[in-house]
Amino acid sequence: MENIICACGHSNPYGTKLCEKCGRPLTEEGKQTKVVDMRYDGMAIRSKTYNTTIVDKIWNFFSNVKVGIALIIITLVAASIGTILPQAIYVNVPEPSKAEYYEKVYGLLGKLYNNLGLSNLYSTWWFQILVGMLAISIIVASLDRGLPLHKSLKNQRVKRHESFMKRQRIVAEGQVPNPEETLDKVEQKMTDLKYRVRRDGSALLAERGRFARYGPYINHVGLIIFLAGVMLRLVPGFYVDETIWIREGETRAIPGMDGYFIKNNKFILETHDNKPQDEQSNQGVNAMAKNYQTDITLYKQPDGALPGDTDNLKKLRDYSIRVNHPLKENSFALYQMNYRLNELRQMNFKLVNKANEEESLGQIEIDLTNPKKEYDLGNGSSVQILVYTPDFSGFKDGEPQTQTSIPNNPAFIFKMTTPETPKGEVSFVEIRKPPFEPLGENKYRMKFTGVETRNSSNFTIRKDSTIPMLFVGGIIFMIGVVIGSYWNHRRLWLQVEPDGRVLMAAHVNKNMFSMKKDLDTVTTFAGLPPYEDQLDASEDVKKSTKEKEGDNNL
Amino acid sequence: MEKKKKRLVIRTIILAVLVLAIGYTVYGTATKDKVELIAVGSKAPDFTLVDLNGEKHKLSDYKGQGVFLNFWATFCGPCEREMPAINRQYQVFKDQGVQTLSVNLAQTDFEVQNFVDRHELTFPVVIDKTKSVSTTYNVGNLPATLVIDPDGKVAKIITGELEEGKIASYMELVKPK
Repeated sequence: MENIICACGHSNPYGTKLCEKCGRPLTEEGKQTKVVDMRYDGMAIRSKTYNTTIVDKIWNFFSNVKVGIALIIITLVAASIGTILPQAIYVNVPEPSKAEYYEKVYGLLGKLYNNLGLSNLYSTWWFQILVGMLAISIIVASLDRGLPLHKSLKNQRVKRHESFMKRQRIVAEGQVPNPEETLDKVEQKMTDLKYRVRRDGSALLAERGRFARYGPYINHVGLIIFLAGVMLRLVPGFYVDETIWIREGETRAIPGMDGYFIKNNKFILETHDNKPQDEQSNQGVNAMAKNYQTDITLYKQPDGALPGDTDNLKKLRDYSIRVNHPLKENSFALYQMNYRLNELRQMNFKLVNKANEEESLGQIEIDLTNPKKEYDLGNGSSVQILVYTPDFSGFKDGEPQTQTSIPNNPAFIFKMTTPETPKGEVSFVEIRKPPFEPLGENKYRMKFTGVETRNSSNFTIRKDSTIPMLFVGGIIFMIGVVIGSYWNHRRLWLQVEPDGRVLMAAHVNKNMFSMKKDLDTVTTFAGLPPYEDQLDASEDVKKSTKEKEGDNNL
Repeated sequence: MEKKKKRLVIRTIILAVLVLAIGYTVYGTATKDKVELIAVGSKAPDFTLVDLNGEKHKLSDYKGQGVFLNFWATFCGPCEREMPAINRQYQVFKDQGVQTLSVNLAQTDFEVQNFVDRHELTFPVVIDKTKSVSTTYNVGNLPATLVIDPDGKVAKIITGELEEGKIASYMELVKPK
């Protein structure tokens, strides 16, 4: 690729539209138009310059604005498809029955939606690759355009060639009597108008709000920081989202928080004493929670203690976790998410003679969290527990089975020994069912007398160290948007030859009105010839403004 | 030419970093639900738990020997099915320097003792009352088995039921040389 040598002798990189030094249009197209395209100040867009290796080809693909726009549209469409039906993580049914749920609630559409994986759209590989490609596009396109633009804006010459100036939208030509005085006056007025003024012999450049050109790039930086923050959630240690169920009286290690233990002392649910009325009874809401609280104790292992070693737990504090009052510790927060009331904790039975159930040989209290092998009733009678299944689900090979460790449906095999039956009688006792006596008719039975229950609380453990990063990214993004939208880059070029000939040109990347207002002030003050808006005058106003919309603030 | 080369290098680096970042994100999301805190080849986190006889068992006490570490619960069918086989292989390998340690997930002493008696288990059975160890090892589905070599490094992680031949081969794998 050859460099382009301008008429002024400056060597420009291939692809340059306006000479970096004097501003002469370098392309045939540029030479023929009345008003030059000032996008990126005529610098060569880097990607357009080289296209040799595979890396360059990939680079150029992502640098293409059209590709970028296509990616934005595809991402938007995909993201909106994800909002048609609720995403699976927000569907409040247990994991295995989610597919069923979609079909039941949304019919065929739901089934299709779930089967296509749209119910987990935001964590699919293709959606993430799409967002990733958008990120590449943003970075590559910004580098390709932002760096040359920055270079060009930084190295602006005061003196530009006539052909550059005459192709600006605002142009003025004429004569002034006092060249030096005119330049001085323009400098003075433009400085008053908060322009930065530079002079080079007979030439003058006044410039204001150059930073507005950086708005879109700042905005992109914010976006990339934001995306990087979202990505960091996957890096271990940055983001924790765990859940835990704890029953009253239990102590559990907190998942995600190494070395911390939590004990549930009490769960409290208080409801308003209210009579359901109107809408409330229509919707079947009959209790309104007043308070929803778990009293906990937080413990920590001593430093260097091993997992499982709970001998020397150090009590950190007691706390009541309530709505809007999570437990906060060391950048983690524990929120109450759910509760379960009245889980069995203790069952009481009386040993009675079937012939006379009024008379009891004594009562046993079985702590379901720690059942004992044998309960001595003291009068020569005793009860042995042979088998305990917390969640009885049936027999297999003659053994009672349990499906979970939660006492939802406790069952026991008791061996009852009394002075009358010294060999013992065996009985299988399941809750709410008559006893089953596998070894023949018994004289005695275990009569169920009562239970004690306990509640459990469900917490989520959250930590999100990426929030400050998302916050910073968001703020930078907004700053970029504001800079790009509310400020504009105004420039005035002026050449007053010693013989009094004046050539003036002006450019603004948006909001021509503000520029014209400044121009009116300065031309009146310094007695400059009236200016002409070349786009206003020509017939193709609409066409050319339309073509330039969108991108010309870059 | 110099400039061109530099440009190519910079572009390649930028694209490579971005592609890696995307790859990491996709991979990370795909494996998020089944993330293994413990990786094969990494050091098995030390722990200490108490067995049914009140005796403490510390993983690092077994240094120099292979350890067959099994997480289970009584209500888990596959756990129950593989227990007799583990018990038999324990008998074969315990004198060859491979120990078995089985960790029950927070069940009552009664249930665990009953299970041990019923299956006549001879290896130490500890109960993870606070689920501290299973959290550290990120144990989700049961049974979960970790085979640990004499240096204390994880040689193998297996979730699901094991047949006797496999159990024997894994124990063989971590036998001290």
